[in-house]
Amino acid sequence: MHEYPITQQIIKIAEDHAREAGADRVKTLRLVVGDYSGFIGDSIQMYFDVISEGTLCEGAAIEIERVKPKLKCEKCGLYFERKLFSFACPACGGEGRPTEIGKEFYIDSIEVEKN
Amino acid sequence: MHDVIRLDVKENIHSENDHIADHVRQHLSEDGILVVNVMGAPGVGKTTTLKNIFPHLRKAKPYVIEGDIESDIDTVDLQNMGFDTYQINTFGACHLDAPLIHDAIHKMDFDKEGILFIENIGNLVCPAEFSIGEHIKMLISTVTEGSDKPYKYPLAFEKADIILINKCDLLPYVDFDEDFFMKGVRAQNKDVPVFKVSGKTGEGYREVAAWLESRNPD
Repeated sequence: MHEYPITQQIIKIAEDHAREAGADRVKTLRLVVGDYSGFIGDSIQMYFDVISEGTLCEGAAIEIERVKPKLKCEKCGLYFERKLFSFACPACGGEGRPTEIGKEFYIDSIEVEKN
Repeated sequence: MHDVIRLDVKENIHSENDHIADHVRQHLSEDGILVVNVMGAPGVGKTTTLKNIFPHLRKAKPYVIEGDIESDIDTVDLQNMGFDTYQINTFGACHLDAPLIHDAIHKMDFDKEGILFIENIGNLVCPAEFSIGEHIKMLISTVTEGSDKPYKYPLAFEKADIILINKCDLLPYVDFDEDFFMKGVRAQNKDVPVFKVSGKTGEGYREVAAWLESRNPD
């Protein structure tokens, strides 16, 4: 459900940047979405097709780069993906602490067409 | 002939929400209002927690925004008890966002310094992702939900500034592994204060109220 307002926001940001560059159409949007961002790529695509009608983004392709969350071991400094029900470092058994890796949710770039 | 150009955007999709959230926080800070985002799954006792905290507030006046998908049951209840309460219905949306809170606070009257409790939609996932202008995220978990919640919903536990474990009067009747629960909490949130409370007996809320009153809204 919450992908709807977020998709409106994605279209707005892309349109703002396209207009600023004097473009007529957005061809591609590249998003970076961490798995802890809570957003589902298929849902964004579904809403995008509906909401983008009549905007500069109509017909554009969405490419989503997913990022797996990583913890950082407080003992040995290793970045690792955690296993279910555990925060332990696979190398030394130390405690993994949350990092910003996996929480990404931004538009990386867009491709636009200009006459 | 069309030219295709690549434009670097690098813009956070939450940026507009976060901008409005900052505005809400600043506005209420200036009025001496501490904002607490109350989060937890349906049925953990979010409204019950508020009712139990309020009598222990020594100086701060409590204000409430109730977020529900539908109905105003909790709001009517709190209003009948004499608390300034404003209802937001999201009609399906799974969390509150900053624009909703922005509209609500402009309809409320903050006549005295105090604490605004914003009861988010009952949900352990989405509310953790959206800033609504709070100074403090208060997460309520319960012994009846089970001790694996910090492992299954890590973001909510990582972002919490205070955690309440409610329904502690039921500890003798349920298999709640407190050590396992706390291990999961501490792995993600080393120093977060954790309070054991019971909405049934009133245990623990005096300490929660004192902790909240020791925070500054800036």
